Amino acid sequence: MEFSRRETIALGLGAAALTFMPFRVDAAAEEVIAAFTGGADIGEGGVTVTAPEIAENGNTVPIGVDAPGAAAIMVVATGNPTPNVATFNFGELAGAQSASTRIRLAGTQDVVAIARMADGSFIQASAAVKVTIGGCGG
Amino acid sequence: MASGVKPRVKTPKKATAGEAFTIKTLISHKMESGQRKDKKTGELIPRSIINRFTCEFNGTSVIDISIEPAVSTNPYFQFDAVVQEAGDMVFTWYDDDGSVYDTTKSVAIG
Repeated sequence: MEFSRRETIALGLGAAALTFMPFRVDAAAEEVIAAFTGGADIGEGGVTVTAPEIAENGNTVPIGVDAPGAAAIMVVATGNPTPNVATFNFGELAGAQSASTRIRLAGTQDVVAIARMADGSFIQASAAVKVTIGGCGG
Repeated sequence: MASGVKPRVKTPKKATAGEAFTIKTLISHKMESGQRKDKKTGELIPRSIINRFTCEFNGTSVIDISIEPAVSTNPYFQFDAVVQEAGDMVFTWYDDDGSVYDTTKSVAIG
């Protein structure tokens, strides 16, 4: 497949636009998020990520997510070799749209939570975690 | 990996109808991420994790979590549930190797 000059320029512009996304997350994490949202716009506010500011051990970092009215919340560790962490799908009998767990973080990074609301819109929030010892065994 | 897997769940024995209560679950599992290398041979240790956890009450879903390798060893989850009548709460974990671990707790109203 060959690209004409015009197409090449268009591709370059597209790539440049991607790098100037307001949320600074790397490409792998971005793909994971896009797969979850289907490319829809993501709003701010209404979702909370609870994480320690400094985690001494990246193998078990306690985190919590909370998004009242959400149908599902996806947690993404933007700096991990595989950014997916977990997706919480809340059922009818969920008492609150919140959950907590313990996760592995490879290094200092942002933990992002994206919530899919009942009406199909998406919101996100992030928390920066400093990790002293990474948790991916490298 | 079916050795030493032991689910542990903490639910209140009694709940008030329509009022949320907290459930804590933990299952002992090494959650091999597939990223680690064997120190002697230098080869990657294959991934072996629990990839899904569900909680149901009388057949209705409370929570359904899909789990990736980034969840820690001995995966722990805490979440809230609300029930209207007495019944059984069923917790199920799905292993990569096809094993399914489950445990049931009954919750009374009172």
